[in-house]
Amino acid sequence: MSERTADLVVVGGGLHGCSAALHAAMRGLSVIVIEKDTVARHASGVNAGGVRRLGRHYAEVPISVRSMEIWRHIEDLVDDDCGFQPAPQIKVAETEEELATLSARAAEMRRMGFSHEVILDQAELRHHLPAVAPHCVGGLASLDDGFAIPYNTTFAFQRKARELGVRFFENTRVTTVKRENGAWRVETSVGVFSGHFLLNCAGAWAGEIARQLGENAPVEAIAPMMIVTARMPPFCTAVVGGCGRPLSFKQMQNGTVVIGGGRRGIPDPATNKSEIRFSQLRLSAEAAIGIFPIMKGATIVRSWAGIEGRMPDDIPVIGPSSSEENAFHAFGFSAHGFQMGPGVGAIMAELIANGQTNAPLQPFSITRFAHS
Amino acid sequence: MSTYDVAIIGAGPAGMAAAIETARAGLSTIVLDEQPAPGGQIYRAIEASGPARTRILGPDYAAGRKLAEDFRASGAHYVAGATVWNIDSELSVDFSLPGGSKQIRAGSIVVATGAIERPTPMPGWTLPGVTTAGGLQILLKAQGLVGDDVVFVGSGPLFWLIAAQMVEAGVKPKAMVETVPRSRYLAALKHLPAALGAASYLRKGMAMIAAVRRAGVPIHTDAKEIRIDGSERVEGVSFTSGGREHQLATTSVALHQGVVPNQQVTRLLRCEHLWNESQHCFVPKLDEAFRTTVAGVYVAGDGAGIGGAKSAALRGRLVGLAIAEKAGKAGPEERRKVAEELAREAKIRPLLETLYAPSPEILSPADDTLVCRCEEVTAGAIRKAVDMGAPGPNQVKSFLRAGMGPCQGRMCGLAVTEIIAARRGEPVSAVDYYRIRPPLKPLALSELAALETDEPVPADIQAEAEAVH
Repeated sequence: MSERTADLVVVGGGLHGCSAALHAAMRGLSVIVIEKDTVARHASGVNAGGVRRLGRHYAEVPISVRSMEIWRHIEDLVDDDCGFQPAPQIKVAETEEELATLSARAAEMRRMGFSHEVILDQAELRHHLPAVAPHCVGGLASLDDGFAIPYNTTFAFQRKARELGVRFFENTRVTTVKRENGAWRVETSVGVFSGHFLLNCAGAWAGEIARQLGENAPVEAIAPMMIVTARMPPFCTAVVGGCGRPLSFKQMQNGTVVIGGGRRGIPDPATNKSEIRFSQLRLSAEAAIGIFPIMKGATIVRSWAGIEGRMPDDIPVIGPSSSEENAFHAFGFSAHGFQMGPGVGAIMAELIANGQTNAPLQPFSITRFAHS
Repeated sequence: MSTYDVAIIGAGPAGMAAAIETARAGLSTIVLDEQPAPGGQIYRAIEASGPARTRILGPDYAAGRKLAEDFRASGAHYVAGATVWNIDSELSVDFSLPGGSKQIRAGSIVVATGAIERPTPMPGWTLPGVTTAGGLQILLKAQGLVGDDVVFVGSGPLFWLIAAQMVEAGVKPKAMVETVPRSRYLAALKHLPAALGAASYLRKGMAMIAAVRRAGVPIHTDAKEIRIDGSERVEGVSFTSGGREHQLATTSVALHQGVVPNQQVTRLLRCEHLWNESQHCFVPKLDEAFRTTVAGVYVAGDGAGIGGAKSAALRGRLVGLAIAEKAGKAGPEERRKVAEELAREAKIRPLLETLYAPSPEILSPADDTLVCRCEEVTAGAIRKAVDMGAPGPNQVKSFLRAGMGPCQGRMCGLAVTEIIAARRGEPVSAVDYYRIRPPLKPLALSELAALETDEPVPADIQAEAEAVH
């Protein structure tokens, strides 16, 4: 087998691409990963790092729960702790209405058979978040979630995959994918690769690969924005989300506070650039101060945005191609794919190697956009 | 939001000179500067400097006074104490003032943010009591205060200038520990004929060194294996020179290895940069009118490549004239004349750049030497990250947090790039530099929250508040 031929060619060196490559290699497949920039260059390397089962779309919950099992022993998988810290994830309710919405969600989760999301009353909320603003009435928590360091995680998956023989081609841009004599011919900026299987993990750039397979996938490039502050005295050990206003908030172990949560900058996927819109990021600052008054004294050291692929219904595309044999998709995680990376990689490897998986992937089928 | 024809960032010689020209051409001009008064680093506190301090700082410093006067009279809108923290792709400029942030928009931006001292990683350089020579000079200019047992370590024109100024001020340095390898003198010799075209610089340089020597300051040349000693703070400096080991006791060390363009603004704006081998630093890629690769963005002064104060003012004028010319408010004749003067000034540079190239020791610090001071990352950790597969400064930054502290890599960026390049065996230009993210300077979260904006909250973001974090 030549250097440029493998059982599986993965397009995209984000966390999902690296994780699928690693898991496929563990199943004995030879794997090539083709990345147009460098591994973890975009959303995978610069996201908020939440390892969160809490508040997920109901369809995502089983996969998220499976992924969480891997996260708890992440070092066994990749020989690196990925900066993973077990921590509660808490969505804060600022009004009684918000708390009622969260309570209804907790009830629905219990009905589905999941018990990890629990309602916190005001006293319990304050117990977990002593610095929370007095007006906050309660919250929804998943106490055994956590957070990790995104770049270190993706880099660790790459290194482990490489150790198992996965070949990475960075700064290599895929131009065309097509079936030829029963194999995938992948044309790139540095020449042709071929593989028996093809996996599209190209994130914000995945729509074009899908199009070449004859499938419609309306991926929108977005640029979620983040802020990090100078170090502050420890005041928060949980990862906190907003309910009525978008917010993602955590204090790292070194004291810096990372604030994100949905406010978007301006992406330019053609040039890899993303621009911060402070007129929007302002609202994240306001929400952080609103929920944690101590943040009035915080200083912003840096802000950034990473380019991510978003689907119209805010859940990813995961599963086999509907039009071509031996082709698969895992993209469009819509700004909440980090936690799912280890699990989805395992599922994709299973699907590719065995031709089947018992993971409930039906809601993520690419066919849902066939007629849109 | 107010709109101006020209926004100039920085009121040093380049910024002042550019403003004088654009305002003279009738273009609405705003100058944003962090300092309380015009002058930049080189002419800091020039308006307030009395006769005694001006004598100490010398005639070159005094020359800044006329420029500051002309600038004050130019009609440019000068905003002191303004910290620019973002410039977006539409050339809107966000800046902090004591009362909060303001935003203006400009047709053209002139980046006149000058130079910063080159990072000088060496054993002990983060101990309290160690400053840069430039940092020491700030004290001299602003307060007239300096310690009386300063050991200078490094090389370069500023290394000698500041020492000479201290001698003049009556607080002579304890010693000069110069790192220029002996072989450099021979290499520099071939640039001497060209340098004679700017002979006044040669005379001035020799006079400074002579003044320091005459004052009885010990001068150690060709110093190697330099280490700053101390546990809680500086206690001394050790090095070898002339085949002997030396140990000097001191409470104060001033480091200097030349200055390099301050790239923060041009990197933020994603201007293309090139590696300048002679100056051993990145410079923004510019055309003959000092335009960057980003439309409407110019660089004036040392930010465009190191040339010194006079050159900075000339290049400021050239940028101002180029903008005026583009607006149809000036012809090319004056620009040609200034360009000739600039060419004469530049004749000294090859000699200086050869002689005072950064010392090999700071370019490849030992594994246990701290490189990123903010996040305490060693040279060895950076090399290990490269060995693990991190391809460049941005990955090293993500992996080790190097460059993630409040200085955003100003103190480590070039050193990190050089270490990675050496380890990978690649040219520095291929390894490139940190991506610089806003805010350029630390910004209060509450100031961002209070930002005035008329942009509405998009409905789709509210709707997905649930899904995203």
